[in-house]
Amino acid sequence: MNISRRSLLRGIGLIGLSTTVLPVIDKISGLDSKAVAGGTKNSGKEKLTKQWVRIIDLKKCDGCEGLGMEPQCMAADRSVYHRLEGEEWIDVKKVHGEGDSTYWMPIPCMHCENAPCVKVCPVGATYHSETGTVLVDNRKCIGCRFCLAACPYDRRFFYWEKRDASPKDAFAEYSPEFPLPPRMGTANKCVLCESFTKDGKLPACIGGCPRGAMYFGDLETDVATNGQEVVPLKKMLAEHNAYRYKEELGTKPRVYYLPGHGQEQGREPRE
Amino acid sequence: MSNNERSLELEEIALKPLVKPGLGYNIGLASLAVVVAVGVLFYAGQLWKGLSVTGMQNQVFWGLYITTFVYFIGISLAGTLVSAILRLSGQHWQSPVSRIAEVITGSALIGALLMVVIDMGRPERLLNIFIHGRIQSPLLWDVIAVNTYLFGSLLYLYIPMIPDLALCRDKLGESVSPIRQKIYRLLALGWQNTPEQKERLEKVIGIMSVVIIPAGIAVHSVTAWIFGMTLRSGWDTTILAPYFVVSAFFSGVAMVIVAMAIFRKAFGLEKYLTVDHFKKLGWLLIAMGLVYGYFNFAELLTEAYKVKGHELEFLSMFFTGRFSMLFWLFFLDCILLPVFLMVWPTTRNITGITIAGVLVVIGVWFKRYIFVIPTLSLANTPTYFDSAPYRASLPELSITMIGLAGFALLIALFFRFFPAIPVWEIANEWDKESAEISSINSVRLGKFKGGAK
Repeated sequence: MNISRRSLLRGIGLIGLSTTVLPVIDKISGLDSKAVAGGTKNSGKEKLTKQWVRIIDLKKCDGCEGLGMEPQCMAADRSVYHRLEGEEWIDVKKVHGEGDSTYWMPIPCMHCENAPCVKVCPVGATYHSETGTVLVDNRKCIGCRFCLAACPYDRRFFYWEKRDASPKDAFAEYSPEFPLPPRMGTANKCVLCESFTKDGKLPACIGGCPRGAMYFGDLETDVATNGQEVVPLKKMLAEHNAYRYKEELGTKPRVYYLPGHGQEQGREPRE
Repeated sequence: MSNNERSLELEEIALKPLVKPGLGYNIGLASLAVVVAVGVLFYAGQLWKGLSVTGMQNQVFWGLYITTFVYFIGISLAGTLVSAILRLSGQHWQSPVSRIAEVITGSALIGALLMVVIDMGRPERLLNIFIHGRIQSPLLWDVIAVNTYLFGSLLYLYIPMIPDLALCRDKLGESVSPIRQKIYRLLALGWQNTPEQKERLEKVIGIMSVVIIPAGIAVHSVTAWIFGMTLRSGWDTTILAPYFVVSAFFSGVAMVIVAMAIFRKAFGLEKYLTVDHFKKLGWLLIAMGLVYGYFNFAELLTEAYKVKGHELEFLSMFFTGRFSMLFWLFFLDCILLPVFLMVWPTTRNITGITIAGVLVVIGVWFKRYIFVIPTLSLANTPTYFDSAPYRASLPELSITMIGLAGFALLIALFFRFFPAIPVWEIANEWDKESAEISSINSVRLGKFKGGAK
């Protein structure tokens, strides 16, 4: 066969182009398979089976001050997932509102629809599960901590040191839904108790709330519950002027706050 | 002195350190090696105990490693500026410096990659980046850009060195070990200094100097975007990429000046690296410094005027707060003093310019530090737990020194085996010059002849 040098080079160039550029186009147009469900699902546009959301009624939350206890959602989270101080997956903070008011604000992972942490992960260790929950596969994570940088809610943490697994977890089979025992050098975050909700149980923080201030719901079926009552989800959001934290960032958080006593609605609380 | 004699003298000076380096050089090499070795020991500890041996925690989760990574990325633009941009703009004075600049680029990029791997929680999963890589992550852009630039820079270092490798092959002979002779022979690719080979070489260098520029700019932009793609005060700004490119030029030129001063003394290259080189690079340095200062001003003013969101809290850390010392010192140390040293004729000499270079080389590292740490120190949400402010730990410092000392070590080792100044290029310049002079003379003579008629 008689191939000139020029045409050979052109051929090689075209092959190179097709292997580098074409996949990029695929990924930019949202067809990236790895972005969803850890590479097991085919298309990011496939309909989610569920869309778990949390609703936090700020009128009901008093940080468990009235009960003389630490916030029980934090306590539940800590006992199930062995969180240490400063790395609670849900945080409850007393913040100042308008007119000298103070109120308690639980800040969990927002499981954003447009999650910055999912976007920046270089290896797809962070992904959206079929229920819209953002999970971390600690077996894949390289520990670059880019997700910690990306999260505008500071709800991303890192296993800095080797931790002894508790006797119970030592034999637990690892899964991103129940990511125990902890793996040194990887990132971690709230899993919205995927392993519980699969079995029809409420997430630990919601079950743990003695005030019934937190609701767990599904946008697809439009119901929510705090373990005490079942409510129509969208109606509740509309009637109570629900807002989302830092909505202006465009992250589309899946946590709704119901304001009620002097919150700066839809805006950041003053520290 | 005829061109031939000059060339012979040049060859002798350039090749001398390859055979028998001075005592000071060996001591320097050994002490750098010790620093690296200590760091490696600490790194073993980090591998065993995790990143908890550093001062980093969940609030400030990037520390000295990423600071140094950004620093190295900045330094690495030196080669592109000196040997590509200046070459394309038709300058000839920079050719003795070009190899030093190119080696700085290569070593800085290797240092940058090293710092990233050191910073990883799971370095053994490095290959995941290629197996599971996702192109929408700016980190992946960086991996692609840095590796492309590193490969291009090494090529751009190697190709113009081929005639000098042939020189090593022909001139060093028995004075070096047989293995080295073999390596020189292999690397010289059968260079015989024929006009055809020379023409081809010039062509390839010309192409490479164009190709390497976008690669260099890309590396700095993409590194800026690692930070710029987040939603954090101080990073979330569109100016970041050009700002990184300018600061990279700035620190790169400074590093070239410092390296030039060191190798000039160490290898006795006073004849070839003259005060003229220092002055020209010095002007370039302060030009870049002023643009960098301007970018800083433009960015700070637009933020400080509006004090949007967390901005007030953020800016007060710089103007009056915890980082104000480093912040104000930076402008003194990296902009005002170098400008003064260059503008005042008394200090506009090799010593003065070298001091300016050293000030910038050190100052820019601290500037990187106050680029990374303050932004992370600021919590995005009111948090229940107030973590202690970041303080680098001793192991972290020592591990960082692997990068910094390793960078110097790489450069020093390189010039133990390869000539620091491009003998061939300098001789070529001389030939061109004398050809020009003789052609001018012949033109003049021709005029005389014409006039005499």
